[in-house]
Amino acid sequence: MKIERRAAPLWLRAVIPLLAVVLTFAVTSALILLARANPLQAYYYFLLEPLSNRVSIIEVLVKSTPLLLTGAAVTLAFAGGFWNIGAEGQLLAGATAATAVGLQMHTASPLIAIPLMLLAGFAAGAAWIAVPALMKVKLAIDEVVTTLLLNSVALLGVSALLNGPWRDPISQWPQSPEIAAAAIFPRLIPRSRLHLGFLVAVLVILLLWFLLNRTTLGLQMRAVGLAPQAARFAGIPVERTLLRTALLSGGIAGLAGVSEVAGIHYHLIDAISGGHGYTGIIVATLGGLNPLGAGLAALFIGLVDTGSQSVSRALGVPVYLGDVILATLLLMTLALLLLQRYRIRWTRDRGAM
Amino acid sequence: MDNTGLALFLVGWAAATLRVATPLIFATLGEIITERAGVLNLGIEGIMFMGAFAGFAAAFHAHAAGLPGYLWLGMAAAMLAGLLLAGLMALLSVYLGVNQHVAGLGITLLATALALFGFRSVFGENAVLPRVQPFAQVELFNSVPLLGPILNQYALTYLAFLVVLPASAWLLYHSHFGLAVRAVGENPEAADAAGINVYRVRSLAVLLGGALMAAGGAFLSLAQLGSFSPGIVAGRGWVAIALVIFARWDPARGVLGALIFGGVFALQLRLQTLGFTLPYEALLALPYLVTILALALTGRHAAYPGAYLKPYRRE
Repeated sequence: MKIERRAAPLWLRAVIPLLAVVLTFAVTSALILLARANPLQAYYYFLLEPLSNRVSIIEVLVKSTPLLLTGAAVTLAFAGGFWNIGAEGQLLAGATAATAVGLQMHTASPLIAIPLMLLAGFAAGAAWIAVPALMKVKLAIDEVVTTLLLNSVALLGVSALLNGPWRDPISQWPQSPEIAAAAIFPRLIPRSRLHLGFLVAVLVILLLWFLLNRTTLGLQMRAVGLAPQAARFAGIPVERTLLRTALLSGGIAGLAGVSEVAGIHYHLIDAISGGHGYTGIIVATLGGLNPLGAGLAALFIGLVDTGSQSVSRALGVPVYLGDVILATLLLMTLALLLLQRYRIRWTRDRGAM
Repeated sequence: MDNTGLALFLVGWAAATLRVATPLIFATLGEIITERAGVLNLGIEGIMFMGAFAGFAAAFHAHAAGLPGYLWLGMAAAMLAGLLLAGLMALLSVYLGVNQHVAGLGITLLATALALFGFRSVFGENAVLPRVQPFAQVELFNSVPLLGPILNQYALTYLAFLVVLPASAWLLYHSHFGLAVRAVGENPEAADAAGINVYRVRSLAVLLGGALMAAGGAFLSLAQLGSFSPGIVAGRGWVAIALVIFARWDPARGVLGALIFGGVFALQLRLQTLGFTLPYEALLALPYLVTILALALTGRHAAYPGAYLKPYRRE
């Protein structure tokens, strides 16, 4: 037996995520049986029931909105060779900036307030990643740990604001006052929870696809991600490109924070993210580091998130089953991706194991 | 505050520092051993969380079944759970050679979700948190003036300082296994050429580390609290990741870092209960900021294990 490197055939790239999903459901059905439920019934509630009526279809889109953005952020970073584990912190930075702007917009028009919030959130996310990015580019310090540790710092920062200057003066809860009405995202469908953030997220996905596949900068970013030494030989400014990749990634993650504040909660709470930044890593991996793939993956995860609530309601299985499935899916995809880079050849030559 | 008050405050503070440092010592030493073998295990946060849950659940049921030593049974269950999760990490990162940081985060997400799923499945949605009578602190030093309260600690705290630390240091620096661990972490190709089984040594280091991380988590549920709640670990795994770098991958310096963090943490808690309003979040953010600053200052010269984050594949 021999394991060789190879380039993946196209069909395999499409099959791997699907295979991962099937295997994940097979593995996790053991847990469903432990919870004394029927796995097939559970999968029905996970995957089909949420699509059976208008209200929950909309809910799937609402749930996938922040994941489209954090997924896009991580996709760009990973494709560009910057291991940004800090989308969670960048999201929190974006949410904080959006709240800061949103609180001041009582006399403004939405046409001013909303773009200003998006801009502030993007800038805050980019600023939050700037230190690890500069340390990587200038000092060659690995970005995995620095971006990760800044997540905890961001959470502590939000908590300091909510326990200090932004504590709700009326309820005394650790949450900020509500942002101005002009700063609240308009609904895409009246009387539903679907808001402008979804449109922003879809636009970001499409723009990112265009950037990575149709522009020189995007090609340079991917070249640096694939092989920095070769990229340097080809005359690509590796450091500058990495810096741009990182800042853009942080900015996009920041937009996820804006979207959650202005579209869903209307004030800052310390549970504003609840792990969307980490889920973005699942989205990007499942999407094969391709923006359109990430888009599909985010919608699928939105579906599983919505489904886990209907499974819980209908069958009494703890709602955390959804999270177990998503984490298993990530690990399964990681393992299966090896099929894409390597193949096993059965040989009879001497020295075979 | 008069002199007696001050002395009592200081003694209480020192005693609390040792308690807060204990789970961090288990976790940090576990991560140091793992990283010395060239594997960054970001599953640490989830493994601690699973350790806290598995330890509590096992102890709760062992107690209900009337078994003596139910807390130690819980501890064993926690370490077993840590071994299983670390085994998965070793499979992915050592044998399959996938991205260590993504695999590690995946382990954290999986362990967290599994523990919450397990907690809800086993204990249902009770309004009252299930409890066990936690480990008692040893009360051997009541007669010692002043320092008695500092010396009256959990057995696990004594274990962390007097057994786990020296054992880790001995293992890394003075045993054959430790030599192999450092070799595969610095230069796996050379280690392989010298006849060391890189995969096996790395996997053993990851497993040992995972058991220690889980023990750190179980300290929280079985000694400090006597219960399990979703916020029980609250980022201590990430603190340990920072401490490892602060410690430059050395066990003794890791314990020193845990003590410093424990001191700051215990101090802010005490000042808060005394009615001081202070931005305690700024204090809690210190370990992360200090670590990032330390990295920026040492820069390229940081003492990373040579093969840090690099999967090894035998060609």
